[in-house]
Amino acid sequence: MQINFKVNGEERSVEGFPMARLLDVLREQLHLTGTKEGCGEGECGACTVVINGQIVNSCLVPLAQANGTEITTIEGVAANGELHAVQQAFIDHGGAQCGICTPGMVLAAVDLLKRNPEPTENDIRNGLAGNLCRCTGYMKIFESVVRAYQK
Amino acid sequence: MDHPIGKPVPRKEGRKKVTGQALYVDDLSFPDMLHGVTVRSPAARGKITNISFGGDIPWDEFIVVTAKDVPGANYVALILNDQPYLADGFVNHPEEPVVLLAHHDKYLLEEARRNVTIEIEEQPAIFSLADSLTKTQIIWGEDNVFKKFLVDKGNVDDAWANADLIVEGKYETGAQEQLYIENNGAIAIANATQGVTVWGSMQCPYYVHKALVKLFGLPEEKIRIIQTETGGGFGGKEEYPSLIAGHAALLAWKSGKPVKMIYDRAEDMVATTKRHPSRTHHKTAVTRDGKLLAMEIDFVIDGGAYCTLSPVVLSRGTIHAAGPYVCPNVRIHSKAVATNVPPHGAFRGFGAPQSIFALERHMDKVAQAVGLTPEEFRRRNFIHEGETTATSQMIRERVDMDRFLTRALKLSDYHAKRERFARENNASNGRFSKKRGIGFASFMHGAGFTGSGEVYLQSVVSAEATAEGKVRILAASTEIGQGTNTIFSQIASETLGLDFDSIEIVQPDTGLVPNSGPTVASRTSMVVGKLVESAVTGLKQTLAGSGFLADKYSATEFKKACADYIAKFGSLKTSSTYQPPPNVHWDDEKYQGDAYGAYAWAIYVAEVSFDELTYEARVEDFVALQEVGRVLNPVLAAGQIEGGVAQAIGFTLFENVVWKEGRMANNQMTNYIIPTPADIPPIRVYFEENPYAYGPGGAKGIGELPMDGAAPAILNAIENATGISFTRIPLMPEQLMDRMCKM
Repeated sequence: MQINFKVNGEERSVEGFPMARLLDVLREQLHLTGTKEGCGEGECGACTVVINGQIVNSCLVPLAQANGTEITTIEGVAANGELHAVQQAFIDHGGAQCGICTPGMVLAAVDLLKRNPEPTENDIRNGLAGNLCRCTGYMKIFESVVRAYQK
Repeated sequence: MDHPIGKPVPRKEGRKKVTGQALYVDDLSFPDMLHGVTVRSPAARGKITNISFGGDIPWDEFIVVTAKDVPGANYVALILNDQPYLADGFVNHPEEPVVLLAHHDKYLLEEARRNVTIEIEEQPAIFSLADSLTKTQIIWGEDNVFKKFLVDKGNVDDAWANADLIVEGKYETGAQEQLYIENNGAIAIANATQGVTVWGSMQCPYYVHKALVKLFGLPEEKIRIIQTETGGGFGGKEEYPSLIAGHAALLAWKSGKPVKMIYDRAEDMVATTKRHPSRTHHKTAVTRDGKLLAMEIDFVIDGGAYCTLSPVVLSRGTIHAAGPYVCPNVRIHSKAVATNVPPHGAFRGFGAPQSIFALERHMDKVAQAVGLTPEEFRRRNFIHEGETTATSQMIRERVDMDRFLTRALKLSDYHAKRERFARENNASNGRFSKKRGIGFASFMHGAGFTGSGEVYLQSVVSAEATAEGKVRILAASTEIGQGTNTIFSQIASETLGLDFDSIEIVQPDTGLVPNSGPTVASRTSMVVGKLVESAVTGLKQTLAGSGFLADKYSATEFKKACADYIAKFGSLKTSSTYQPPPNVHWDDEKYQGDAYGAYAWAIYVAEVSFDELTYEARVEDFVALQEVGRVLNPVLAAGQIEGGVAQAIGFTLFENVVWKEGRMANNQMTNYIIPTPADIPPIRVYFEENPYAYGPGGAKGIGELPMDGAAPAILNAIENATGISFTRIPLMPEQLMDRMCKM
């Protein structure tokens, strides 16, 4: 079936199976490979995208459900080459190591700060609890989020 | 930035990573590319009697590869070469690769995979260390033993008679999945004219190169291995990529088309390597005043069905088994044995977390037996400069574990908490209260390859200058998240006095870079970093020696010198080969001597709570104090420690591999649980700096150290909270409940 949606501000139209995973459509048809697959079952958050303002695991979203929505992927976070404060903080404070969870983690952090501009440490832990990282032990990710909102 | 060493220079490839532009193997694709999958053994051990291709599948559209299609030697070249790429008539573990399939359509491919039936005439298999040791079945070689070591210092047998006290203990550790968030994957292009090229997620491009040379029977220059951005490794991408790269290449060879092979999480967890399970017996003789007289340690690890890296894992575990203590008589017997489970392999710490877990639990037990505090007992036995380790290595650097311990206990408020928790735990007699405890572990971790390993490796790094005055570093050492790109740039920039951004790190590609050895063993900063330092020093000396550069120079002068040199001679490239530090002698036969050039030293303190309602043990606070030589980059270094401690907390309290007939039954992230942002305590990292004379800028290795100490510190704290001595990890709420209910 044909699906129309807005991805990172651009109107896009794709042809696909209604039950195709949004993750695969983003990566393979739209070549937005910044969205990663970690587990394929909604546990790790590497495939996080934002749909109509809600963060979701794109591996669990059937394409049909994305019709008419507005989607933001990691490629849409920096505006005109200008990094978002969260992205800059992840670089400056060690929030990214191997980088595979980073796109999802950045999107989750941006979403958290949108809902809660000055989160406590507990808010940050809970806000990011759906995103797993195996490299950092999370300390530098928490610090990056704090530094981002302090800016 | 001037003098970048020691500064929190931001990660070199950070921008690509935070914007989603970094390209991992699954992000690449080639025209007319096929997808590949592996069909695996349904049984643990037995003869393959038939392979059938059924279902409503257009099989003539598929590329099918079995053992008979292997153009060269059907084994993964590593240590013993006993592991086939594709089982040839016999399988030795569940999920062993038997058939490979490729097709354009990955959905049809999955369906096809389900319609291949491998029939096995099963033979009895063994799944435990105990069964392997008692030889219930002989499943490998003559005695199921891949490797054994004996370390013998002094005379243990004579020491027992003089002991005031002999304390014994038995300790076990379970398997652990590396769980890098990017699964294993590779893309191959292979044909007789061009040879074989593989792009993949990996730690050690030259391991894959060596293996594919044999697999295809091609000359070395016909095999080219390129590392793509790698989403974590932790050892799980040390030796395993040789398999998946070889499989993708076999399919590419037969089809004449590019083949991409990417595991999903379930396949990655069920089929690839994990940390070796272990069992350790300690028998320790002490005097009444708490001095160690003799230690006899029996250390066994489960290697799984094929040898892979087990001898080397065993070696490190063996050498670390007696820890940072001085004891005149030490005997360590160790063995790596075979079972019919998928081969266990490299995982951060590489045998040391297993033997150190046993030792540091046992030290608390011995302390209690002699009536000393854990702290006082260790203080009476810490090793100092001029004293010798279990392998009779004399410590030639200043090491002050006493002071580290004092500082770590102060930072964690250990004494006050110990006293307060004892009082509160006693007072809380409500039915469902929380008990608290605090414990610690003292340990060391040797950096670089063991013994003569670095000498055999003969690692090489090259540096090349461009006419624009940029310097390119050529090494096979991979960036896998730990910071290789950044650290090498810092070292080169510092050595040359050039801007950080004028250093470029060439992506590891065996067609372009020399073999700087594998990215393992906490060796990249210390050993390869030193080669970076000498290679770029070579550039400077070459320019100076030919009169193009003065002793003191500006960036502009350096650029001009490079341009002039290249105009005259064509190019400017220097290389540096590993030279061992002086006075490092190792006897491979007796397993005595200088096991490592340098050790990192550490004290880790864990505070835990134990919930009597849910039986959950939780780490509430964690202090990690270590001496790793000079810290090259405080943000990256702390990131290594925090990440390692988090993984070790998982190893201790969360990560339970459930085995069913040799197969991991919980091969999903939903039921194999790693710590989430909500589970990790504050990890407070402190460094003591004692520059190492033979490391670049004074650095020692750091990567594996943080995996070693958390598990015993946490179980020591749980004993402090509950009064119960647990001796096996992972320690899940079920085991805590089981034990508590029996009291």
